[in-house]
Amino acid sequence: MNDIARMLAQRLSLGLLTLFAVSLIIFLGVSLLPGDAAQAMLGQSATPETVAALRKRMGLDEPAYIRYFTWLGGILRGDFGISIANEREISELIAGRFANTIFLALMAAVISVPIALTLGILAALYRNGFFDRTVNVVTLSSISTPEFFVAYILLLVFAVNLPWFPSLSSVNPDMPFFQRVYVCMLPAATLTLVVVAHMMRMTRAAIINLLASPYIEMAALKGIPRGKIITRHALPNAWAPIINVIVINLAYLIVGVVVVEVVFVYPGLGQQLVDSVQRRDLPVVQACCLIFAATYVLLNLTADILAILTNPRLLHPK
Amino acid sequence: MSTDKKPLLEMRGLRIEGFSDEEWHQIVKGVDVKLHRGEVLGLIGESGAGKSTIGIAAMGYAKPGCRINGGSVHFDGIDLTAASEEEKRKLRGSRIAYVAQSAAASFNPAHKLIEQFAETVVEHGVGTRDEAHADAKDLYAKIKMPDPEQIGFRYPHQVSGGQLQRAMTAMALSCRPDLLIFDEPTTALDVTTQIEVLVTMRDIVEQFNCAAIYITHDLAVVAQMADKIMVLRYGETVEEADTRKMLSAPEEEYTKSLWAVRSFRKQQAAPPPEPTPLVRVDNVTAAYGPVTVLHEVSFEVHRGHTVAVVGESGSGKSTTARVITGLLPPRKGDVYYDGTRYPRDYRKRNKEQLRQAQMIYQMADTAVNPRHKIREIIGRPLQFYLGMEGAEKERRLRELMEMIEMEPDKFLDRLPAELSGGQKQRICIARALAAEPAFIICDEVTSALDQLVAEGILKLLDRLQRELNLAYMFITHDLATVQAIADEVIVMLEGRIVEQGPKDQIFAPPYHKYTDLLLSSVPEMDPDWMDNVLQERKKKGGMEAAGN
Amino acid sequence: MIGVGKISGAGALSGAAWREFRKAPFTAQFGLAVIVFYILVAVFAPFLTPYAESEIVGSEFEVWGGDFPLGTDNLGRDMLTRLIYGARNTVGIAFVTTLLAFLLGGGGGIMAAVLGGWPDQVLSRVVDVLMSIPQLIFAMLLLTIFGTSIPVLILVIGVLDSTRVFRIARAVSVNVVVMDFIESARLRGEGVPWITLREVLPNIMPPLVAEFGLRFCFVFLTISSLSFLGLGLQPPTADWGSMVRDNATLITFGDITPLLPAAAIAILTIAVNFVVDWFLHKTSGLKDEH
Repeated sequence: MNDIARMLAQRLSLGLLTLFAVSLIIFLGVSLLPGDAAQAMLGQSATPETVAALRKRMGLDEPAYIRYFTWLGGILRGDFGISIANEREISELIAGRFANTIFLALMAAVISVPIALTLGILAALYRNGFFDRTVNVVTLSSISTPEFFVAYILLLVFAVNLPWFPSLSSVNPDMPFFQRVYVCMLPAATLTLVVVAHMMRMTRAAIINLLASPYIEMAALKGIPRGKIITRHALPNAWAPIINVIVINLAYLIVGVVVVEVVFVYPGLGQQLVDSVQRRDLPVVQACCLIFAATYVLLNLTADILAILTNPRLLHPK
Repeated sequence: MSTDKKPLLEMRGLRIEGFSDEEWHQIVKGVDVKLHRGEVLGLIGESGAGKSTIGIAAMGYAKPGCRINGGSVHFDGIDLTAASEEEKRKLRGSRIAYVAQSAAASFNPAHKLIEQFAETVVEHGVGTRDEAHADAKDLYAKIKMPDPEQIGFRYPHQVSGGQLQRAMTAMALSCRPDLLIFDEPTTALDVTTQIEVLVTMRDIVEQFNCAAIYITHDLAVVAQMADKIMVLRYGETVEEADTRKMLSAPEEEYTKSLWAVRSFRKQQAAPPPEPTPLVRVDNVTAAYGPVTVLHEVSFEVHRGHTVAVVGESGSGKSTTARVITGLLPPRKGDVYYDGTRYPRDYRKRNKEQLRQAQMIYQMADTAVNPRHKIREIIGRPLQFYLGMEGAEKERRLRELMEMIEMEPDKFLDRLPAELSGGQKQRICIARALAAEPAFIICDEVTSALDQLVAEGILKLLDRLQRELNLAYMFITHDLATVQAIADEVIVMLEGRIVEQGPKDQIFAPPYHKYTDLLLSSVPEMDPDWMDNVLQERKKKGGMEAAGN
Repeated sequence: MIGVGKISGAGALSGAAWREFRKAPFTAQFGLAVIVFYILVAVFAPFLTPYAESEIVGSEFEVWGGDFPLGTDNLGRDMLTRLIYGARNTVGIAFVTTLLAFLLGGGGGIMAAVLGGWPDQVLSRVVDVLMSIPQLIFAMLLLTIFGTSIPVLILVIGVLDSTRVFRIARAVSVNVVVMDFIESARLRGEGVPWITLREVLPNIMPPLVAEFGLRFCFVFLTISSLSFLGLGLQPPTADWGSMVRDNATLITFGDITPLLPAAAIAILTIAVNFVVDWFLHKTSGLKDEH
């Protein structure tokens, strides 16, 4: 098992290193700006004295590396600093929103993963047939479509022309679960449509690649029925690529929510990010970016670790 | 073997086509095969002869992208071309079994060997899983696998290549089939491993009285295995006869030419060595990272001489070439050209030093840039080393093309893809010659080529050596090639030189122990060769045991 | 079809191209025709439009018909005019950005493969880190910092997207670099420029060309999304993403006008994807069957 332990340790430390580098990039990027948060908060008309005072209060007069570690230390304790726009605690501002975003992404994942895997495996098994060709054209089109286009079409059809769902997906913490699911239906459907196409194509490619292995042909030549070839010979080797596909697309979902949240005015982290960018509320932008990036890095890390854990060659070392 | 009995397998006018480049191409063009119980048929031919396609068609199976488009396949009275998928599936694995070329790729990495053995048994209702396990251990013991009780519980990647190939043969036997198809089962193995696997397969066929089709491109191998041989070319039968008759008295020109290849010998002896060797490898130790792959290797190559370096995979013969060219700077030791010590790293060598040693590769396909025309491929060294331009370069290009016996007007403006394998290898030779070197390293230059073409290349190299007084270092695993062209021989094993000296001395008794093993493992065309070797080895083993 | 006529008339070389086109599947023909149509519209925009790009010609949100075939937008500008100019701006900028990404990423990727060793390690790790931040998020961060102008937009998206080009260019180059003809060129004493440009590049053109199409789509969608979020092309430049955003309120009244620019985006990316799909099938290696 030493091989596995070593590879896992390697991958984990690489992940941590990446997170560290990402935080550094986000921090450095913002400190490149002319002026600083204090200036931005008080506006151009403020006197140099008041700016200096606020700067001191916010710790902006310290050298950059100290500020970085103070910032990072704060984040590790759950303290993201203070918003410029409304002087509230950022952690307070984004906690509920992050939960909303995760809810939406998970809901989309729960719908899309089974659909995508089924379609992908079917397309691979009956490749070059009518079904495969149709699915290919449809998914290609779906991938090529901007998310807001899909979102508005769904909105037009299912909220305006057929008033089945609300056009604004406003949720609040007290909402019962099914009510929440109902309100989130359109944004979740939008995400599903986009991500199913990606996931299905990747699944199809992975399965086709697998089915081309000599041991699959060998199984056929041993007289194993087609169903058992899939379940006994293809599937045990398919976990790694399939898990990889799922996790990569979960990461994609997390990012994809930004546009969808804006269309449906959903109170998620993406909406918050867009608002803050427009207000140039840098501490909040930093915090949102870091959370998105960290989620993304952690998901990819999970994919790699699962791939290592499901590789038969690594599970049974020499 | 009676011919009046109804044959077990009969293919009549078999035609198979394959789809590539948006078109159907005929791969097999009407072949008849008849096989009785207990008979072994050798299918032999060069690449593209369609032998594997025919073999697999005996199971009523066509590879993806291929289809049977004519003729009939009858197995024990069942018409496989008309049978349903389900009927064919029931035959596969139980009555007709297949042994693939690469066992490493053909075993599922996710399951233990013994489970893959049992799977067929259970699937076809021949026995229970436990019975299959017991039978597997029995068979593993019969074919002398090490630790037969336990080895089946390993995963494929935990077992060596030769053992894996034998485990696959055992697996094919799991339902005691009537017909076995061996598809180049030893091609990927080293010679010393090959003989063990061959013995296993032949014993199995005899013990269980199976019929078998043995597919290979190696004449000597087929001579050991088959009762009768069918020679194929371009998807058609050239001739078919009993093994002994086919070997001693082939009728067709093509067959005769195949048989004759191995008789080529160097035209004249090497000139006496000059006092300073052209290349001297002095006490070289080299490593890839922490793994030492060459241990204190020393030898010399003289002007006009051919030094053959032989050994099995992993013996360090190609690494030696990489050290000489400077691609792998050695940890210790040096390489001298004409008495001058060269920098260890090729990047530190100057143009003149680089020009001295040229290289020809095994795979001509990947050794020339597929996007460059022949003119550019050969022209670049002329321009780069010798500063030739315009008419002078053109004249030299034509000279070089004449030297490799290819028409300049026809070939200079072609791309490599428009040439055959042998022609590409000639282009590589011309590119090496363009640098006007004194020393050429030939790395398995003939092993990817069909035998006739390979002989042409050897003849060409021999002629060029005489005309230009070239020195060759000839890396090969094929002892027949060594016999054909070497002046001196170096035998390598696990990164060390075990024996070196003039060819006549190495290939005559008394042999070094490893050289003996190597030599005796190379199959010969004599159908009795394998029996003789086995007897010989048993005798020696007995003597050694007695000596101890 | 304008596209078909254009291709058939393109001169001596076009004979073979025309035959290929005729043999291509319907999706690819459709894709090629659409691409040519978009290019023509973008090039001849000023001759095709009745009004100037940002000219206010009527009242807000006028309906289709009359002087304004597709009505007017939220400021009373002609919708059709802005759609046509949008082809020029959005597509043009996406194209330039993709080119930049290919110069940076393609060059870097091949160099990393050819050089190997520590330069490869350093470049690859830097790219790993850059790619570990989701692109849209990273772009938003950078645009907040540097402000949103066209050069900044091109630079930011170009650099971020070059990481993906780097990956693929490096991956395909590594397969070429291990070939014996590269070793042969190294042993001849050829320098890095020769190996990169003369030995490797010609062998990786087909996958790179296909990748260019895919990257273009991705860049195009990213820029459109940013514009839609108000962070891409800034007013009064006509741009499809921001046109959707500016007129989105109409949708709640059941008016499909704001969907037209979104459809324009979708049709072009679908077309490019169809062509790339066909190209990948033609240039072997990426085929998924024998």
